[in-house]
Amino acid sequence: MTTGELLLKAAALEQTRQVRYAQRKFVNRVALTLSLVAMAFGLFWLCWILFETVRLGVGGLNLDTLTQMTPPPNDAGGLANAIYGSFLMVLLATFVGTPIGVMAGIYLAEFDTKGWLASLTRFVNDILLSAPSIVIGLFVYAVVVTRFKSFSGYAGVIALALIVIPVVIRTTENMLQLVPAGLREAAYALGAPKWKVILSITLRAARSGVVTGVLLAVARIAGETAPLLFTALSNQFWTSSLSEPMASLPVTIFKFAMSPYENWQKLAWAGVFLITIAVLGLNILARILTRSKT
Amino acid sequence: MTNPPPVKAARSGPMADRIFGWLAKGAALFTLAMLMAILVSLTISAWPAISKYGLGFLTSTTWDPVKEEFGGLVMIYGTLMTSFIALLIAVPVSFGIALFLTELAPAWLKRPLGTAIELLAAIPSIVYGMWGLLVFGPLLATYVQQPLQAMFAGVPYLGAFFSGPPVGIGILSAGIILAIMIIPFIAAVMRDVFEVTPTLLKESAYGLGATTWEVVSTVVLPYTKAGVIGGIMLGLGRAIGETMAVTFVIGNFNQLDSLSLFQAANSITSALANEFAEAGEGLHQASLMYLGLVLFFITFVVLTLSKILLSQLRKNEGAKT
Repeated sequence: MTTGELLLKAAALEQTRQVRYAQRKFVNRVALTLSLVAMAFGLFWLCWILFETVRLGVGGLNLDTLTQMTPPPNDAGGLANAIYGSFLMVLLATFVGTPIGVMAGIYLAEFDTKGWLASLTRFVNDILLSAPSIVIGLFVYAVVVTRFKSFSGYAGVIALALIVIPVVIRTTENMLQLVPAGLREAAYALGAPKWKVILSITLRAARSGVVTGVLLAVARIAGETAPLLFTALSNQFWTSSLSEPMASLPVTIFKFAMSPYENWQKLAWAGVFLITIAVLGLNILARILTRSKT
Repeated sequence: MTNPPPVKAARSGPMADRIFGWLAKGAALFTLAMLMAILVSLTISAWPAISKYGLGFLTSTTWDPVKEEFGGLVMIYGTLMTSFIALLIAVPVSFGIALFLTELAPAWLKRPLGTAIELLAAIPSIVYGMWGLLVFGPLLATYVQQPLQAMFAGVPYLGAFFSGPPVGIGILSAGIILAIMIIPFIAAVMRDVFEVTPTLLKESAYGLGATTWEVVSTVVLPYTKAGVIGGIMLGLGRAIGETMAVTFVIGNFNQLDSLSLFQAANSITSALANEFAEAGEGLHQASLMYLGLVLFFITFVVLTLSKILLSQLRKNEGAKT
């Protein structure tokens, strides 16, 4: 082989290399551009949905919305009973679900971290966390509504509480595990009994995290419709008795939005606006709480 | 000699401790009992339908409350088909978002963009539903469905998917809305598992001259395979169980006579949401309960798979899921 041939070969090799390199760079650029497009795609929907919610929601919103009862078709009215019903049921469900969730979270983080019962509970809890909420509604219907032969606010509260529990368990456990072991050991060394160590040392140290979990749970159930459809049902009138069917904001929106009546659809948009504001507000508040801690 | 501590104080500890321990254990057992109770009560309520139809319920397409003839295939098909379309759209988009958030975004943008995507997950499903029915549906009909129909009008086989009334409600709309809803779930899991990849591995690949895409496709993806599939399964579980958004846009039509994606259809969840409160006690209600049981079973299997895959990754590297 002569020097000339060698040089030619080297040049050809160099050329294929450069072509390959250009190809790789091109593929890379295409992939990264597509990734950017995907990000924009995701944000696009968020912005569009929020924009439409605000645009159509504010239009239907006025003082009557907050003070008047839900109207019959083609009549003026508001959403007062639905808002009150939602508020009451969410509040009670949070009060029922939170203690159970926190105690179970304490069990997983403080009493039994590696045993079979804990692993099983963690597994089941993760299933329940993502289980379809309409199945919870069916369950409460079968157990509560058929037993008492009536749709009721209580049934709605139970259904929502069952959704709160897994969310609170998950965050409580995670937050308690973040508490440094030294803190616990110091408390034990001072002779504090276990319940006292947990309640006034670890739980207190993890307080903001646990509160975050509860806020997220509230945000979750505030928008839940499916579990209320056949537990609390709905009610056109003001009622503060939990043993009767009770109106809630999501179920009312569902009913109104599917109807052909214009005033109902307008009220539904106002309701959607209120729910979105509340839920996103709670989520952002929860984030601020955890951020200030870490 | 020091004095021993007061006896009374010392004893109050263990007793209170035991009670507290029982309470905590009781709460944990409550969760387990809840799952069992859901399974048992649904089975009991569905028993009339289970004993009458057996597994044939899953393959029959008749759903006639008047003649009391029930079969669940229409709804099961609707649920699976909408979820499939949702995954088809959501998986690549979520992957792109996760790639952007882990490899491309400047540090100061990571947090706000991640939060924005997570907020998309927080929006209640009823908002998606109403928006889908009244805002998105009509636009989809005019700008996507009609052109598609014109394009595929004479094409054999493929044409069948795009026949039917292009009105913006049906399987396709439900699938798209579901996709938007599950993107944040899948993207969040993918981002978390991508971040688990050891920096050393990635830097070695960069050091050999790999491009960002080559690092992601040949180092990060193989390393996080199990976690990525787990995240997709999690999204699938969400899509299958989603109720309100689907109920609004799927059209609630109990017939299965064409492959058309534009045709109004029904899913398990929307059938439950629409019919259950009005169904009389008896076979109709029992059949709906049966559907609920099938739904719970499918999600249970999908979520279990997701959990196993995600924990595999955790075993390797201590990933957070």
